[in-house]
Amino acid sequence: MSDFMRLEHVTRTFGGGTLSTKPPIVAVDNVSLSINEDEPKITTIAGESGSGKTTLARLLMGTITPSFGSMYYRGKDFTKLSRRDSWNFKQEVQAIYQDPFGSYNPFYKVDHVLETPINRFKLATSKQAKNTMIEDALAMVGLQPGDTLGRFPHQLSGGQRQRVMVARAMLIKPRLILADEPVSMVDASLRATILDSIRRLNREVGISVVYITHDLTTALQISDNILVMYRGSVVESGAVERVILEPKHPYTQLLIESIPQPNPDNKWGDEPPSARFEDFDTMFGCKFADRCPHVMDICAEEHPPQFHLEQHRQAQCYLYQDEANVMEDPDLATIFQDRRAELNV
Amino acid sequence: MVTTEQNTRSAASSDDDEFALRVEGLKVYYGTPRGMVKAVDDVSFTLRQGERFALVGESGSGKSTLAMAIMRLTREPGHIAGGHIYLGGRDLVEMEEKEIRSIRLSEMALVPQGAMNSLNPVMRVGDQIIDGIMDHVPPGEGAPNRTALNTRVHDLLVRVGLDPTVSRLHPHELSGGMKQRVAMAIAISLNPHIIVADEPTSALDVVVQRQIMQTLGRLQEGLDAAVLLVGHDMGLVAQFADTIGVMYAGKLVEVGTVPEVFKDPKHPYTKLLIQSLPSFDISRQFVGIPGMQPALLNLPPGCSFNPRCPSVHQRCFSQVPEYLNIGPGRGVACHLFDEEATN
Repeated sequence: MSDFMRLEHVTRTFGGGTLSTKPPIVAVDNVSLSINEDEPKITTIAGESGSGKTTLARLLMGTITPSFGSMYYRGKDFTKLSRRDSWNFKQEVQAIYQDPFGSYNPFYKVDHVLETPINRFKLATSKQAKNTMIEDALAMVGLQPGDTLGRFPHQLSGGQRQRVMVARAMLIKPRLILADEPVSMVDASLRATILDSIRRLNREVGISVVYITHDLTTALQISDNILVMYRGSVVESGAVERVILEPKHPYTQLLIESIPQPNPDNKWGDEPPSARFEDFDTMFGCKFADRCPHVMDICAEEHPPQFHLEQHRQAQCYLYQDEANVMEDPDLATIFQDRRAELNV
Repeated sequence: MVTTEQNTRSAASSDDDEFALRVEGLKVYYGTPRGMVKAVDDVSFTLRQGERFALVGESGSGKSTLAMAIMRLTREPGHIAGGHIYLGGRDLVEMEEKEIRSIRLSEMALVPQGAMNSLNPVMRVGDQIIDGIMDHVPPGEGAPNRTALNTRVHDLLVRVGLDPTVSRLHPHELSGGMKQRVAMAIAISLNPHIIVADEPTSALDVVVQRQIMQTLGRLQEGLDAAVLLVGHDMGLVAQFADTIGVMYAGKLVEVGTVPEVFKDPKHPYTKLLIQSLPSFDISRQFVGIPGMQPALLNLPPGCSFNPRCPSVHQRCFSQVPEYLNIGPGRGVACHLFDEEATN
């Protein structure tokens, strides 16, 4: 199996050091996930703020290391990478961030963010080759080189700036792009074009994409698979259209039901209960138990394992303990396998 | 605006009682070095008691400016350049600042956008709620005693769905949703007739957003107050509001009940807006509204929507369309309906 990245039982905590009086915050709790290069897909990590979705993305990007568990890059232990492997990793994993202004130095022209990676990774041999590369990349994201190059970041709109970042990510020819809420700060009318260029990177260039968002509508539009996170755990994951259109985990159900549908005939049900953080012990049991309408005795005792509900879906919920088996291989990627053939793309 | 509701409510009430708020020809302009920006230009609508009216539009359409003008909170260089805002027979536009102060919170209250920035960071939540109540004690009347005030704070916090112990906390100890609930507790502390909610749930997660909106709805029903909801999320409007007003470039272009406008939008802009809504449709097609909203300093002649309108015709380039009544509580500002309205 040619795993590009593999996380095995990764847990990441923050705070709670020896001098701290507070317990550590578990941002990512025992997640196993691999990113396979042979089947480049768009995988959404969804969840509300504080669910751990960005922490999981930062782990994949190598900017933070796991507190427990292990992480491999092309089969090598991530903490013991050679200088060369580490350099390759930096080229093969690229990020697109939320703020389309924060990624630029306002004193440099836009060209700078496109030229730097070419120079640094020695991607072009001549000045002409460099220019062609930049122009091709801009064309790929639907920008005119003449309107974009030679300008300062503040002279471009938010949507244009974000598309330049997509072009930059593409230039480097990475194997994995992590897009952390790439459209949440962009006007709704421009979101479509940015998401579309990210999808083209996946479909046409064959780059795996991890799309981090709280917006399930766009997740359904562009991704193949989805992981739904709640307080650090992946409570449900699988084929995006199955999970969103027929959610199984009570948390996913609440999440989907709460999306305000622009349809006056399809209204919200009763007001859902709030989380009770204070009387909640994260060490045992299901983390959603305090808000779950279907809570059972067992939910408070032990954290639910990953139940394999159907070929392309798992959920961490005891509601399904009778009808489904516990996944043998905890790696979530196993339920995403062979999705391409099914989707006919 | 909602005729059916009008009948169920007190039938003996006079005109002024039925209309919680009536806005007539309101103009809010901003003086800039490059000219006058007409952020709100000749807008009229009425808000009935107990009605939930939503104002929607893109950023820069003037919806927040309008809401702030109704609260008389327009800041320099903005000013109310004309029109009237009637609240129970009195015109707010004519009022002195002192009078307005006594009306704010007691008769009309604001649930601000981003409650995190509207709470005082160095004051306990309970004291902030009491602050507003104390400010509205009529002159000559003694201040209510501390126990009575504490009971009131306790009661308000419970009503907005918070634990009463929250009154001892400072704003930084609360989550975004809890802060928004505190802002709502302050807003309802004096039982206002009108609640102006300016994007009350922006930057909150969907589940929290739903809880906040449902709490606001519950409070509104308890008080039988009218709500003016300002926002751009059509989903939220469909879930919450009874009636909707669509704004474009400072003008109200369409008004109607939520079911009417969502099922049968009249103005081409509203049509595009409703078509462009994201949905769980697997067809995976992205639809947007072509073009950008024009700069308010440099509006095209005629109808401001003419550069983007799919049904544009000759008259749209020369004549500004008037707001036409095309049914009970239903209106549109578009030349396509000129004939329909005269008939």
